Amino acid sequence: MSLSGRAALTGVGETAYSKSSDKSVLRLSLEASLTAIGDAGLRPQEIDGLIPYPGMGVVAEDLIVNLGLDEVKFSAMTPLGGASPVAAVQCASAAVSSGLCRHVLIPVARNLAAGGRISDRLRQMPQFNTVAEFELPMGAFAPAQLYAPMARLHMERYGTRPEHFAEIAISTRRNASLRGDGMMTAPLTLEEYLASRMIADPFRLHDCSLESSGAAAVVVSRKECARDLPHPVISVLGVAEGHPDSPTSITQRKDLLEIGLVKAAPRAFGMAGLTTADIHVAEIYDCFTYVVLRQLEALGFCRPGEGGDFVASGAIRLEGRLPINTHGGLLSQAHMVGMNHIVELVRQLRGSAGPTQVAGATVGLVTGYGDLGDGTLAILARE
Amino acid sequence: MSEALRPQPRTSNDTLPHWQGLRDHRLRLQRCAGCGTFRHYPRPLCPQCHCFDVEWIDAAGDAQVHSWTVLHHAFHPAFRSLVPCVMVTATLREGVRLLAPFKGDVRHLVPGLALRVGFEDISAELTLPVLVPA
Ligand SMILES: [Zn+2]
Repeated sequence: MSLSGRAALTGVGETAYSKSSDKSVLRLSLEASLTAIGDAGLRPQEIDGLIPYPGMGVVAEDLIVNLGLDEVKFSAMTPLGGASPVAAVQCASAAVSSGLCRHVLIPVARNLAAGGRISDRLRQMPQFNTVAEFELPMGAFAPAQLYAPMARLHMERYGTRPEHFAEIAISTRRNASLRGDGMMTAPLTLEEYLASRMIADPFRLHDCSLESSGAAAVVVSRKECARDLPHPVISVLGVAEGHPDSPTSITQRKDLLEIGLVKAAPRAFGMAGLTTADIHVAEIYDCFTYVVLRQLEALGFCRPGEGGDFVASGAIRLEGRLPINTHGGLLSQAHMVGMNHIVELVRQLRGSAGPTQVAGATVGLVTGYGDLGDGTLAILARE
Repeated sequence: MSEALRPQPRTSNDTLPHWQGLRDHRLRLQRCAGCGTFRHYPRPLCPQCHCFDVEWIDAAGDAQVHSWTVLHHAFHPAFRSLVPCVMVTATLREGVRLLAPFKGDVRHLVPGLALRVGFEDISAELTLPVLVPA
Protein backbone atom coordinates (compact mmCIF):
# COMPACT_ATOMS: atom_id res chain seq x y z
CA MET A 1 0.00 0.00 0.00
CA SER A 2 1.45 3.36 -1.00
CA LEU A 3 0.95 6.50 1.05
CA SER A 4 0.66 8.53 -2.14
CA GLY A 5 -2.45 10.66 -2.33
CA ARG A 6 -3.94 9.45 0.96
CA ALA A 7 -3.18 12.51 3.12
CA ALA A 8 -3.61 16.24 2.58
CA LEU A 9 -2.29 19.49 4.03
CA THR A 10 -5.54 21.17 5.09
CA GLY A 11 -4.46 24.02 7.34
CA VAL A 12 -1.49 26.34 7.75
CA GLY A 13 -0.72 29.07 10.27
CA GLU A 14 2.13 31.38 11.28
CA THR A 15 2.77 34.07 13.85
CA ALA A 16 4.81 37.15 13.01
CA TYR A 17 8.56 36.45 13.05
CA SER A 18 11.07 38.54 14.96
CA LYS A 19 14.37 38.39 16.77
CA SER A 20 12.84 38.48 20.21
CA SER A 21 9.40 37.76 21.60
CA ASP A 22 7.98 38.12 25.09
CA LYS A 23 5.69 35.14 24.49
CA SER A 24 6.56 31.66 25.72
CA VAL A 25 7.34 28.87 23.26
CA LEU A 26 4.08 27.21 24.29
CA ARG A 27 2.07 30.40 23.76
CA LEU A 28 3.63 30.86 20.31
CA SER A 29 2.87 27.19 19.46
CA LEU A 30 -0.76 27.65 20.45
CA GLU A 31 -1.19 30.86 18.43
CA ALA A 32 0.09 29.23 15.22
CA SER A 33 -1.89 26.07 16.00
CA LEU A 34 -5.19 27.93 16.34
CA THR A 35 -4.52 29.77 13.08
CA ALA A 36 -3.76 26.49 11.26
CA ILE A 37 -6.80 24.72 12.72
CA GLY A 38 -9.05 27.66 11.78
CA ASP A 39 -7.51 27.79 8.30
CA ALA A 40 -8.42 24.12 7.86
CA GLY A 41 -12.02 24.92 8.76
CA LEU A 42 -11.84 22.69 11.82
CA ARG A 43 -12.69 23.13 15.48
CA PRO A 44 -9.77 22.42 17.85
CA GLN A 45 -11.66 19.41 19.26
CA GLU A 46 -11.48 17.73 15.83
CA ILE A 47 -7.67 17.42 16.15
CA ASP A 48 -6.98 13.81 17.14
CA GLY A 49 -3.25 13.52 16.37
CA LEU A 50 -0.27 15.60 17.57
CA ILE A 51 3.38 15.86 16.54
CA PRO A 52 5.06 18.60 18.61
CA TYR A 53 8.56 19.80 17.70
CA PRO A 54 11.17 18.23 19.99
CA GLY A 55 13.74 20.05 22.08
CA MET A 56 11.78 23.20 22.92
CA GLY A 57 9.85 21.77 25.85
CA VAL A 58 6.39 21.59 24.26
CA VAL A 59 4.86 18.12 24.47
CA ALA A 60 1.57 16.63 23.28
CA GLU A 61 0.14 16.93 26.78
CA ASP A 62 0.63 20.72 26.72
CA LEU A 63 -1.34 20.94 23.49
CA ILE A 64 -4.10 18.66 24.85
CA VAL A 65 -4.58 20.70 28.02
CA ASN A 66 -4.51 24.10 26.30
CA LEU A 67 -6.53 23.27 23.21
CA GLY A 68 -9.00 21.13 25.17
CA LEU A 69 -8.50 18.01 23.08
CA ASP A 70 -10.51 15.04 24.36
CA GLU A 71 -9.95 12.56 21.57
CA VAL A 72 -6.22 12.45 20.83
CA LYS A 73 -5.49 8.96 19.48
CA PHE A 74 -1.98 9.47 18.14
CA SER A 75 1.12 11.41 19.19
CA ALA A 76 4.74 11.21 18.10
CA MET A 77 7.91 13.22 17.74
CA THR A 78 10.30 13.29 14.80
CA PRO A 79 13.60 14.53 16.27
CA LEU A 80 15.57 15.20 13.07
CA GLY A 81 16.54 18.83 13.61
CA GLY A 82 15.74 20.79 10.46
CA ALA A 83 14.40 17.65 8.80
CA SER A 84 11.79 17.28 11.58
CA PRO A 85 8.81 19.17 10.09
CA VAL A 86 8.84 17.26 6.78
CA ALA A 87 9.48 14.02 8.70
CA ALA A 88 6.43 14.93 10.79
CA VAL A 89 4.37 15.28 7.59
CA GLN A 90 5.53 11.77 6.64
CA CYS A 91 4.63 10.45 10.10
CA ALA A 92 1.25 12.21 10.08
CA SER A 93 0.47 10.95 6.58
CA ALA A 94 1.14 7.40 7.72
CA ALA A 95 -1.01 7.89 10.82
CA VAL A 96 -4.04 9.34 9.03
CA SER A 97 -3.93 6.97 6.08
CA SER A 98 -3.67 3.94 8.36
CA GLY A 99 -6.85 5.00 10.14
CA LEU A 100 -5.23 5.76 13.50
CA CYS A 101 -6.59 9.31 13.44
CA ARG A 102 -8.06 11.94 11.09
CA HIS A 103 -6.39 15.32 11.67
CA VAL A 104 -2.80 15.70 12.92
CA LEU A 105 -1.58 19.08 14.20
CA ILE A 106 2.15 19.81 13.74
CA PRO A 107 3.34 23.02 15.43
CA VAL A 108 6.90 24.41 15.55
CA ALA A 109 7.81 27.32 17.82
CA ARG A 110 11.03 28.94 18.95
CA ASN A 111 11.96 31.75 21.25
CA LEU A 112 15.60 32.80 21.18
CA ALA A 113 15.43 33.73 24.84
CA ALA A 114 14.14 30.25 25.76
CA GLY A 115 16.36 27.63 24.15
CA GLY A 116 15.90 28.76 20.55
CA ARG A 117 19.51 29.78 19.86
CA ILE A 118 21.74 27.73 17.61
CA SER A 119 24.28 27.16 20.37
CA ASP A 120 21.54 25.50 22.46
CA ARG A 121 21.04 22.71 19.92
CA LEU A 122 24.04 20.75 21.13
CA ARG A 123 22.20 20.01 24.36
CA GLN A 124 18.77 19.55 22.77
CA MET A 125 19.74 17.04 20.08
CA PRO A 126 21.28 13.68 21.01
CA GLN A 127 22.49 13.49 17.38
CA PHE A 128 25.20 15.91 18.56
CA ASN A 129 26.54 13.71 21.36
CA THR A 130 29.54 12.52 19.33
CA VAL A 131 30.31 16.06 18.19
CA ALA A 132 29.93 17.28 21.77
CA GLU A 133 32.51 14.80 23.04
CA PHE A 134 35.11 14.95 20.27
CA GLU A 135 34.74 18.21 18.34
CA LEU A 136 33.32 20.73 20.80
CA PRO A 137 36.50 20.67 22.95
CA MET A 138 38.40 21.80 19.83
CA GLY A 139 35.99 24.64 19.17
CA ALA A 140 33.96 23.19 16.28
CA PHE A 141 30.32 22.45 17.08
CA ALA A 142 28.01 25.03 15.47
CA PRO A 143 26.43 23.99 12.17
CA ALA A 144 28.34 26.72 10.30
CA GLN A 145 31.58 25.22 11.57
CA LEU A 146 30.61 21.62 10.86
CA TYR A 147 29.23 22.26 7.36
CA ALA A 148 31.99 24.60 6.16
CA PRO A 149 34.34 21.71 5.23
CA MET A 150 31.53 20.27 3.06
CA ALA A 151 31.24 23.53 1.15
CA ARG A 152 35.03 23.83 0.89
CA LEU A 153 35.29 20.32 -0.57
CA HIS A 154 32.57 21.15 -3.13
CA MET A 155 34.59 24.22 -4.15
CA GLU A 156 37.83 22.24 -4.42
CA ARG A 157 36.27 19.35 -6.30
CA TYR A 158 33.96 21.19 -8.68
CA GLY A 159 35.16 24.79 -8.85
CA THR A 160 32.10 26.15 -7.04
CA ARG A 161 32.63 29.85 -6.21
CA PRO A 162 31.43 32.35 -3.60
CA GLU A 163 29.38 34.00 -6.37
CA HIS A 164 27.32 30.81 -6.61
CA PHE A 165 26.53 30.87 -2.91
CA ALA A 166 25.81 34.59 -3.25
CA GLU A 167 23.19 33.95 -5.95
CA ILE A 168 21.22 31.82 -3.49
CA ALA A 169 21.38 34.49 -0.78
CA ILE A 170 20.50 37.28 -3.21
CA SER A 171 17.60 35.55 -4.99
CA THR A 172 16.13 34.46 -1.65
CA ARG A 173 16.38 38.04 -0.35
CA ARG A 174 14.65 39.26 -3.52
CA ASN A 175 11.67 37.08 -2.68
CA ALA A 176 11.66 38.33 0.91
CA SER A 177 11.77 41.93 -0.35
CA LEU A 178 8.77 41.34 -2.62
CA ARG A 179 6.83 39.70 0.21
CA GLY A 180 7.81 42.31 2.74
CA ASP A 181 6.81 40.31 5.83
CA GLY A 182 10.09 38.55 6.67
CA MET A 183 12.84 39.57 9.06
CA MET A 184 15.25 40.71 6.30
CA THR A 185 13.66 42.62 3.45
CA ALA A 186 16.31 45.12 2.29
CA PRO A 187 17.71 44.05 -1.10
CA LEU A 188 21.11 42.33 -0.95
CA THR A 189 23.81 43.06 -3.53
CA LEU A 190 26.77 40.88 -4.54
CA GLU A 191 29.12 43.54 -3.13
CA GLU A 192 27.37 43.46 0.24
CA TYR A 193 27.43 39.68 0.21
CA LEU A 194 31.17 39.53 -0.51
CA ALA A 195 31.92 42.20 2.08
CA SER A 196 30.01 40.47 4.87
CA ARG A 197 32.21 39.04 7.61
CA MET A 198 33.48 35.48 7.54
CA ILE A 199 31.85 33.16 10.09
CA ALA A 200 33.49 29.85 9.13
CA ASP A 201 35.23 30.03 5.77
CA PRO A 202 33.75 29.74 3.12
CA PHE A 203 30.57 30.81 4.95
CA ARG A 204 30.11 34.54 5.24
CA LEU A 205 27.37 36.08 7.37
CA HIS A 206 24.99 36.16 4.39
CA ASP A 207 25.46 32.41 3.79
CA CYS A 208 23.96 31.75 7.22
CA SER A 209 20.30 31.56 8.13
CA LEU A 210 18.61 33.86 10.63
CA GLU A 211 17.81 33.16 14.26
CA SER A 212 14.15 33.81 14.94
CA SER A 213 11.33 33.75 17.42
CA GLY A 214 7.81 32.82 16.38
CA ALA A 215 5.78 29.80 15.34
CA ALA A 216 4.32 27.98 12.36
CA ALA A 217 1.93 25.04 12.21
CA VAL A 218 0.17 22.78 9.73
CA VAL A 219 -2.68 20.29 9.87
CA VAL A 220 -2.37 16.99 7.97
CA SER A 221 -5.70 15.27 7.36
CA ARG A 222 -6.93 11.98 5.95
CA LYS A 223 -7.81 12.66 2.31
CA GLU A 224 -11.49 11.73 2.68
CA CYS A 225 -11.79 14.22 5.55
CA ALA A 226 -10.19 17.01 3.48
CA ARG A 227 -12.75 17.24 0.72
CA ASP A 228 -15.39 19.14 2.73
CA LEU A 229 -12.92 21.70 4.04
CA PRO A 230 -12.66 25.29 2.72
CA HIS A 231 -9.43 25.19 0.67
CA PRO A 232 -8.44 23.24 -2.43
CA VAL A 233 -7.09 19.79 -1.45
CA ILE A 234 -3.27 19.80 -1.31
CA SER A 235 -2.28 16.12 -1.48
CA VAL A 236 0.87 14.46 -0.23
CA LEU A 237 1.93 12.59 -3.39
CA GLY A 238 5.37 11.53 -2.23
CA VAL A 239 7.27 11.73 1.03
CA ALA A 240 10.54 10.18 2.26
CA GLU A 241 13.30 10.37 4.84
CA GLY A 242 16.96 9.45 4.30
CA HIS A 243 20.07 9.29 6.44
CA PRO A 244 23.64 9.62 5.16
CA ASP A 245 26.38 7.27 6.36
CA SER A 246 27.94 8.40 9.64
CA PRO A 247 24.88 10.47 10.67
CA THR A 248 26.45 11.32 14.05
CA SER A 249 29.67 12.80 12.63
CA ILE A 250 30.24 14.67 9.38
CA THR A 251 34.00 14.34 9.92
CA GLN A 252 33.80 10.54 9.66
CA ARG A 253 31.52 10.53 6.58
CA LYS A 254 33.14 8.63 3.70
CA ASP A 255 32.43 11.51 1.34
CA LEU A 256 31.65 14.82 3.02
CA LEU A 257 29.29 15.76 0.19
CA GLU A 258 26.87 12.89 0.92
CA ILE A 259 23.52 13.89 2.41
CA GLY A 260 20.43 11.92 3.35
CA LEU A 261 18.39 13.57 0.59
CA VAL A 262 20.38 11.54 -1.98
CA LYS A 263 18.57 8.48 -0.62
CA ALA A 264 15.21 10.15 0.10
CA ALA A 265 14.71 11.89 -3.26
CA PRO A 266 14.32 8.83 -5.54
CA ARG A 267 11.92 7.27 -3.03
CA ALA A 268 9.69 10.34 -2.79
CA PHE A 269 9.68 10.91 -6.56
CA GLY A 270 9.00 7.19 -7.07
CA MET A 271 6.09 7.26 -4.63
CA ALA A 272 4.66 10.32 -6.40
CA GLY A 273 5.23 8.87 -9.88
CA LEU A 274 6.78 12.20 -10.87
CA THR A 275 10.17 13.58 -12.00
CA THR A 276 11.94 16.89 -11.46
CA ALA A 277 10.39 18.12 -14.74
CA ASP A 278 6.95 18.05 -13.04
CA ILE A 279 7.94 20.43 -10.22
CA HIS A 280 6.70 24.04 -10.54
CA VAL A 281 8.07 25.46 -7.29
CA ALA A 282 10.45 24.22 -4.58
CA GLU A 283 10.90 25.28 -0.96
CA ILE A 284 14.39 24.06 -0.08
CA TYR A 285 15.74 23.98 3.46
CA ASP A 286 18.27 26.80 3.52
CA CYS A 287 20.16 26.78 6.79
CA PHE A 288 23.17 27.71 4.62
CA THR A 289 23.44 28.69 0.96
CA TYR A 290 25.69 25.70 0.24
CA VAL A 291 23.11 23.31 1.67
CA VAL A 292 20.59 24.58 -0.90
CA LEU A 293 23.07 24.11 -3.74
CA ARG A 294 23.88 20.54 -2.70
CA GLN A 295 20.19 19.66 -2.26
CA LEU A 296 19.41 20.89 -5.79
CA GLU A 297 21.94 18.31 -6.99
CA ALA A 298 20.61 15.58 -4.69
CA LEU A 299 17.05 16.22 -5.89
CA GLY A 300 18.20 15.74 -9.49
CA PHE A 301 17.60 19.25 -10.84
CA CYS A 302 21.24 19.11 -11.97
CA ARG A 303 24.07 16.62 -11.70
CA PRO A 304 26.46 16.44 -8.72
CA GLY A 305 28.93 19.28 -9.07
CA GLU A 306 26.70 21.35 -11.35
CA GLY A 307 24.81 23.18 -8.59
CA GLY A 308 26.92 26.31 -9.07
CA ASP A 309 26.17 26.56 -12.80
CA PHE A 310 22.51 25.72 -12.16
CA VAL A 311 21.96 28.62 -9.77
CA ALA A 312 24.14 30.98 -11.85
CA SER A 313 21.80 30.39 -14.81
CA GLY A 314 19.04 32.23 -12.95
CA ALA A 315 17.01 29.02 -12.64
CA ILE A 316 16.09 29.55 -8.98
CA ARG A 317 14.85 33.14 -9.39
CA LEU A 318 11.15 33.86 -9.23
CA GLU A 319 11.03 34.11 -13.02
CA GLY A 320 13.39 31.15 -13.53
CA ARG A 321 12.50 27.58 -14.36
CA LEU A 322 12.57 26.45 -10.71
CA PRO A 323 11.60 29.27 -8.34
CA ILE A 324 12.77 28.39 -4.84
CA ASN A 325 12.14 29.76 -1.36
CA THR A 326 9.47 32.13 -2.56
CA HIS A 327 8.82 33.30 1.03
CA GLY A 328 12.42 34.27 1.70
CA GLY A 329 13.43 31.03 3.43
CA LEU A 330 15.49 30.64 6.55
CA LEU A 331 17.98 33.07 5.05
CA SER A 332 15.65 36.07 4.88
CA GLN A 333 12.13 35.34 6.14
CA ALA A 334 12.79 33.50 9.44
CA HIS A 335 14.31 30.31 10.82
CA MET A 336 11.22 28.37 11.76
CA VAL A 337 13.03 25.04 11.26
CA GLY A 338 11.52 24.76 7.78
CA MET A 339 7.91 24.63 8.92
CA ASN A 340 7.66 28.02 7.20
CA HIS A 341 8.72 26.23 3.98
CA ILE A 342 5.82 23.78 4.27
CA VAL A 343 3.38 26.64 4.98
CA GLU A 344 4.70 28.47 1.91
CA LEU A 345 4.40 25.47 -0.41
CA VAL A 346 0.77 25.00 0.61
CA ARG A 347 0.12 28.72 -0.09
CA GLN A 348 1.82 28.44 -3.50
CA LEU A 349 -0.28 25.44 -4.48
CA ARG A 350 -3.47 27.15 -3.28
CA GLY A 351 -2.51 30.18 -5.37
CA SER A 352 -2.45 32.49 -2.35
CA ALA A 353 1.26 33.40 -2.12
CA GLY A 354 0.74 37.05 -2.99
CA PRO A 355 3.56 39.01 -4.66
CA THR A 356 5.74 35.91 -5.11
CA GLN A 357 3.02 33.58 -6.38
CA VAL A 358 4.39 31.29 -9.11
CA ALA A 359 1.77 31.44 -11.86
CA GLY A 360 -0.05 28.16 -12.34
CA ALA A 361 1.90 26.27 -9.66
CA THR A 362 0.05 23.04 -8.88
CA VAL A 363 2.93 20.67 -8.05
CA GLY A 364 5.80 21.49 -5.72
CA LEU A 365 8.27 20.08 -3.25
CA VAL A 366 9.63 20.96 0.16
CA THR A 367 12.78 19.59 1.77
CA GLY A 368 14.10 19.35 5.29
CA TYR A 369 17.74 19.07 6.30
CA GLY A 370 18.62 17.73 9.74
CA ASP A 371 21.64 18.85 11.62
CA LEU A 372 24.26 16.31 10.54
CA GLY A 373 22.82 15.61 7.10
CA ASP A 374 19.51 13.81 7.58
CA GLY A 375 17.22 14.56 4.64
CA THR A 376 13.46 14.70 4.15
CA LEU A 377 11.34 15.50 1.11
CA ALA A 378 7.62 15.94 0.49
CA ILE A 379 6.05 16.35 -2.95
CA LEU A 380 2.65 18.04 -2.77
CA ALA A 381 0.07 18.72 -5.45
CA ARG A 382 -3.23 20.53 -5.76
CA GLU A 383 -6.03 18.22 -6.80
CA MET B 1 41.77 34.20 34.62
CA SER B 2 38.63 35.72 33.10
CA GLU B 3 38.54 33.49 30.03
CA ALA B 4 35.68 30.99 29.93
CA LEU B 5 36.58 27.36 30.45
CA ARG B 6 36.93 25.28 27.32
CA PRO B 7 34.16 22.65 27.18
CA GLN B 8 35.47 19.35 28.52
CA PRO B 9 34.67 16.03 26.85
CA ARG B 10 32.04 13.89 28.58
CA THR B 11 33.72 10.52 28.34
CA SER B 12 32.24 7.05 28.69
CA ASN B 13 33.63 3.56 29.18
CA ASP B 14 33.48 3.18 25.40
CA THR B 15 35.70 6.21 24.77
CA LEU B 16 37.92 6.57 27.85
CA PRO B 17 40.98 4.69 26.45
CA HIS B 18 41.10 7.18 23.57
CA TRP B 19 41.21 10.16 25.94
CA GLN B 20 43.75 8.48 28.22
CA GLY B 21 45.90 7.80 25.14
CA LEU B 22 45.88 11.47 24.16
CA ARG B 23 47.27 12.40 27.59
CA ASP B 24 50.22 10.09 26.78
CA HIS B 25 50.52 11.71 23.33
CA ARG B 26 49.21 8.62 21.58
CA LEU B 27 46.28 8.69 19.15
CA ARG B 28 44.56 5.46 20.11
CA LEU B 29 41.98 4.04 17.70
CA GLN B 30 39.56 1.18 18.10
CA ARG B 31 40.22 -1.84 15.90
CA CYS B 32 37.52 -4.53 15.84
CA ALA B 33 38.81 -7.74 17.42
CA GLY B 34 36.46 -9.71 15.19
CA CYS B 35 37.17 -8.42 11.69
CA GLY B 36 40.06 -5.95 12.10
CA THR B 37 38.14 -2.89 10.89
CA PHE B 38 39.27 0.45 12.39
CA ARG B 39 36.51 2.71 13.67
CA HIS B 40 36.45 6.26 14.99
CA TYR B 41 35.01 8.05 16.87
CA PRO B 42 35.01 5.28 19.50
CA ARG B 43 31.71 3.42 19.92
CA PRO B 44 30.53 0.10 21.34
CA LEU B 45 29.81 -2.06 18.30
CA CYS B 46 31.46 -2.93 14.98
CA PRO B 47 28.94 -2.15 12.22
CA GLN B 48 30.61 -4.69 9.90
CA CYS B 49 30.56 -7.86 12.05
CA HIS B 50 28.69 -6.74 15.21
CA CYS B 51 31.52 -7.75 17.51
CA PHE B 52 31.80 -5.75 20.76
CA ASP B 53 35.48 -6.61 21.41
CA VAL B 54 38.14 -4.10 20.42
CA GLU B 55 41.89 -3.65 20.45
CA TRP B 56 43.21 -0.14 21.01
CA ILE B 57 45.88 0.59 18.40
CA ASP B 58 48.20 3.61 18.25
CA ALA B 59 47.63 5.44 14.96
CA ALA B 60 50.73 5.65 12.76
CA GLY B 61 50.31 9.42 12.79
CA ASP B 62 50.29 10.22 9.10
CA ALA B 63 47.27 11.77 7.44
CA GLN B 64 46.04 13.53 4.32
CA VAL B 65 43.88 16.63 3.97
CA HIS B 66 40.26 15.83 3.05
CA SER B 67 38.83 19.33 3.61
CA TRP B 68 39.11 22.30 5.95
CA THR B 69 37.60 25.52 7.26
CA VAL B 70 38.89 28.66 8.90
CA LEU B 71 36.87 29.49 12.00
CA HIS B 72 36.46 33.26 12.36
CA HIS B 73 33.46 33.51 14.68
CA ALA B 74 33.73 31.88 18.11
CA PHE B 75 30.35 30.39 19.04
CA HIS B 76 31.62 29.71 22.59
CA PRO B 77 33.40 32.29 24.78
CA ALA B 78 36.29 29.90 25.50
CA PHE B 79 37.44 30.13 21.87
CA ARG B 80 37.32 33.91 21.40
CA SER B 81 41.07 34.31 21.80
CA LEU B 82 41.79 31.33 19.52
CA VAL B 83 40.05 32.50 16.32
CA PRO B 84 40.84 32.71 13.50
CA CYS B 85 41.82 29.06 13.59
CA VAL B 86 42.22 26.53 10.77
CA MET B 87 40.37 23.23 11.32
CA VAL B 88 41.34 20.39 9.03
CA THR B 89 39.35 17.25 8.29
CA ALA B 90 42.11 14.71 7.63
CA THR B 91 42.05 11.05 6.60
CA LEU B 92 44.42 8.97 8.73
CA ARG B 93 46.44 6.14 7.22
CA GLU B 94 44.14 3.77 9.14
CA GLY B 95 41.22 5.01 7.01
CA VAL B 96 39.33 6.95 9.68
CA ARG B 97 39.18 10.72 9.99
CA LEU B 98 40.53 13.27 12.40
CA LEU B 99 39.21 16.81 12.86
CA ALA B 100 41.89 18.95 14.46
CA PRO B 101 43.42 22.43 14.42
CA PHE B 102 46.06 22.83 11.70
CA LYS B 103 49.32 24.45 12.80
CA GLY B 104 50.53 25.71 9.44
CA ASP B 105 49.79 28.05 6.56
CA VAL B 106 46.20 27.76 5.32
CA ARG B 107 47.31 28.84 1.82
CA HIS B 108 49.19 25.56 1.44
CA LEU B 109 46.13 23.40 2.04
CA VAL B 110 44.89 21.26 -0.85
CA PRO B 111 43.00 17.96 -0.73
CA GLY B 112 45.52 15.13 -0.39
CA LEU B 113 48.27 17.21 1.24
CA ALA B 114 50.37 15.07 3.61
CA LEU B 115 50.12 15.90 7.34
CA ARG B 116 51.40 14.57 10.66
CA VAL B 117 49.44 14.20 13.90
CA GLY B 118 50.78 16.11 16.90
CA PHE B 119 49.49 16.80 20.40
CA GLU B 120 48.69 19.90 22.42
CA ASP B 121 48.38 19.77 26.20
CA ILE B 122 45.42 22.01 27.04
CA SER B 123 45.49 21.28 30.78
CA ALA B 124 46.69 18.56 33.13
CA GLU B 125 43.52 16.61 32.30
CA LEU B 126 43.06 17.34 28.61
CA THR B 127 45.31 16.79 25.60
CA LEU B 128 43.98 17.30 22.08
CA PRO B 129 45.39 16.22 18.71
CA VAL B 130 46.68 18.80 16.24
CA LEU B 131 47.75 18.49 12.61
CA VAL B 132 51.04 19.83 11.24
CA PRO B 133 52.58 19.79 7.74
CA ALA B 134 54.40 16.47 7.11
ZN1 LIG C 1 34.14 -6.14 13.05
